Amino acid sequence: MASNIQIRVQEADFDLGHEYKQLRDDNPSDGAIVTFVGLVRDINQQQVVTGLFLEHYPAMTEGALRGIVDLAKSKWPLGRVTVIHRVGQLDVSEQIVFVGVTSCHRKAAFDGAEFIMDYLKTQAPFWKKETTSEGDKWIQAKIEDQQKLEGWQ
Amino acid sequence: MLNILFFGQLKERLQTHGMQQLLQEIYCVADLRKRLQLKGDIWQEQLALGKTLVAVNQKMASEEERLKDGDEIAFFPPVTGG
Repeated sequence: MASNIQIRVQEADFDLGHEYKQLRDDNPSDGAIVTFVGLVRDINQQQVVTGLFLEHYPAMTEGALRGIVDLAKSKWPLGRVTVIHRVGQLDVSEQIVFVGVTSCHRKAAFDGAEFIMDYLKTQAPFWKKETTSEGDKWIQAKIEDQQKLEGWQ
Repeated sequence: MLNILFFGQLKERLQTHGMQQLLQEIYCVADLRKRLQLKGDIWQEQLALGKTLVAVNQKMASEEERLKDGDEIAFFPPVTGG
């Protein structure tokens, strides 16, 4: 791995096995890897979802994700961190986001991965528009996500 | 000149992805927001404080953030990635 932080924003899908290998290979000092994958669900708020469009703010997105990872690294002794977020048109069951974190021990890896996801959901400039049985609609931010963020502060 | 961008639902409601604005009598984000809200009812409503977030030069910003010539200011709804 060229750097211990990998941030990618892309239309293409990603491969969990490949990303896990990147986190694990030649990394004997870390004893824990936590990975999270977010997927497109088929039901949201009682409506059938047939697809999702992800818009972002290209000039800002990678910098915002890097800032979140830097913040996580300042709180926990994290080794390698990979964040991948897809954009564009996605179908139901497709992968949206990957967060992978390594650390000496599991607690820091679990906490670091959860922290990055919680911050990503409220701080990184992505917007989801669902295609549903009742037409296209922009997903509204959830108050619970904001409250979850405040739990880390 | 300020470069202004809109994203997500805001872009659709305002029917524009962005615009340029002279800096005249605009000193901070709050001034710019108020100036844009004068453009009409939909602008007044969509740019209401608390309904949109703002980034200046690709970093999240407050209403008090000072603006200067050439800045890129983005207004957008609360984010929904992940």
